[in-house]
Amino acid sequence: MHVAELAHLELTEDEIEAFGRHLDSILTYSSKLNELDTEGIEPMAQVVPPGTEEQNFADASPSGTPLREDVPEPCEIIGDVLAGAPDPDPPYFLVPKVIER
Amino acid sequence: MLGTHHRASKGGSDKDGGWTVASVREALTARRISARELTTDFYSRIEKRNPELNAFLALCPERAYAQADRIDASIADGEFLPELAGVPVAIKDVLSTRGVVTTCGSRILEGYRPPYDATAVERLESAGAVILGKTNCDEFAMGSSNENSAYGPVRNPLAPDHVPGGSSGGSAAAVAANLAVAALGTDTGGSIRQPGAFCGVPGMMPTYGRVSRYGLIAFASSLDRIGPLTRTVEDCATVLSVISGRDPKDSTSAAVPVTDYRATVRTSVRGLRIGIPSDYLGAGIDPAVREKVEAGIALLEHLGCKRVELRMPHTDYAVAVYYILATAEASSNLARYDGVRYGLRVPGATLMEMYRKTRASGFGAEVKRRIMLGTYALSAGYYDAYYLKAQRVRSLIARDFAEAFEQADVIVTPTSPVAAFRLGERTADPLAMYLADIYTVTGSLAGVPGISVPSGKTPDGLPVGLQIFGPAFGESLVLQVAHAFEQAGGATI
Repeated sequence: MHVAELAHLELTEDEIEAFGRHLDSILTYSSKLNELDTEGIEPMAQVVPPGTEEQNFADASPSGTPLREDVPEPCEIIGDVLAGAPDPDPPYFLVPKVIER
Repeated sequence: MLGTHHRASKGGSDKDGGWTVASVREALTARRISARELTTDFYSRIEKRNPELNAFLALCPERAYAQADRIDASIADGEFLPELAGVPVAIKDVLSTRGVVTTCGSRILEGYRPPYDATAVERLESAGAVILGKTNCDEFAMGSSNENSAYGPVRNPLAPDHVPGGSSGGSAAAVAANLAVAALGTDTGGSIRQPGAFCGVPGMMPTYGRVSRYGLIAFASSLDRIGPLTRTVEDCATVLSVISGRDPKDSTSAAVPVTDYRATVRTSVRGLRIGIPSDYLGAGIDPAVREKVEAGIALLEHLGCKRVELRMPHTDYAVAVYYILATAEASSNLARYDGVRYGLRVPGATLMEMYRKTRASGFGAEVKRRIMLGTYALSAGYYDAYYLKAQRVRSLIARDFAEAFEQADVIVTPTSPVAAFRLGERTADPLAMYLADIYTVTGSLAGVPGISVPSGKTPDGLPVGLQIFGPAFGESLVLQVAHAFEQAGGATI
């Protein structure tokens, strides 16, 4: 199944059958959106709090969301982060070989 | 232990053995109980009830007692006590807690200990709250019944063969069963309000951007919000004031000043216009729920609110919009669970095989279903028809709200078309489960704040929730109406 591949999911036969059926019914239901004429309506990707543009954020992103200044700070949790990894080799995460020779 | 419990009951808890923020404070300052004793009391209740309810997935007594001892030391020294000093709280398991196992109700994060605290958690603790542990939820907050948790369902404390609602089912059940004075939940499409309604406690979703999402493990980033579940509306206001405000670590957190919500909660509601959208009381609502919602509206009118009839014509499209957008965002957010940096890894001969096997084994059915749906909606050839179309209709739904708030100060609706249902009753048909989110997903998409407050019970004794929406950053107004409703006996109409 193409979608499962895109989603990096290995599915069983039963799952493929059940999800196929569920997705069908949900997508069929969703086609009701086509009843609406949305010509000229802007897509809403994010809720932007009112007034954020005027506030003191010189580096506001194009959406108007305030961005903080990009200042490097020390990160003292690297040890804890790596301790939670399945296969750490500080300061790296190990994964199966990706380059074929 | 029995002695402590007895003292606790006398110390300031209400008739059900429930404490409030105010009664904890009063009992602590009068030295009728210590923060340590109170913490012990809550852990003993949890020990007693949790095997049945399954509301908590993890407890953190070391952290809790360390905090309680700090509070007791402050009391002994006569120091000023912060807002939530000694108040036992529970945290939904999708919020990061440093060193305390955080699973999101998923096998893929079994045993995961976050290296930092979510901002909301940090703010609660800075305000003196005692964090008891982590509450059960639907896996990655995806669900409306708590039946999608990899660690088993939560039972509704008011009717143990019924669901507590979801996804913040553990948080709602913990508060309803007096296993915590307050709990944090998260709400993407109704996940605080609906379990609040099912368990008979107030639950509030603040405005998008009101509370920092830093440390909230993401489901759908344009919709996810953090908010309180409490025993009283006043406590909801207190907790919300503590966790709200701008956080440089979440670029979508708003720099809008935070009101002291508790200070304004008693303001009279006389003369306020309450908008009643006819679109929310039509087909599909359980007649018993409808009756209690109508009675709730009548109570608000009795309190001097003016009823305004409204139309919100795009309501019927909200579930479709929500499930396309939320799953699209989820499919992207959940791509990070690949077995490399945290959580589960199932070995594979190649990197790709490792990804696929890890995700196949770590995610439950509902999460896989939503990842599939979201991946489909974002895939080449379907992006415009589903994802972009849904975003355009989202604009129309937001516009419905903007227009409604020109005619009304708040909007009053049912929280859910049904009361709590039986465990297992609705798991067979995912679409039917999604459709029951109709009244909550609208406000989620629009970004506005909403609360669910108890509004009587069905003839079967199951609580009904009344939902109150306010305009963006209108938390004060929402809480004020909810408080007046509660004080006028809304829970027992």
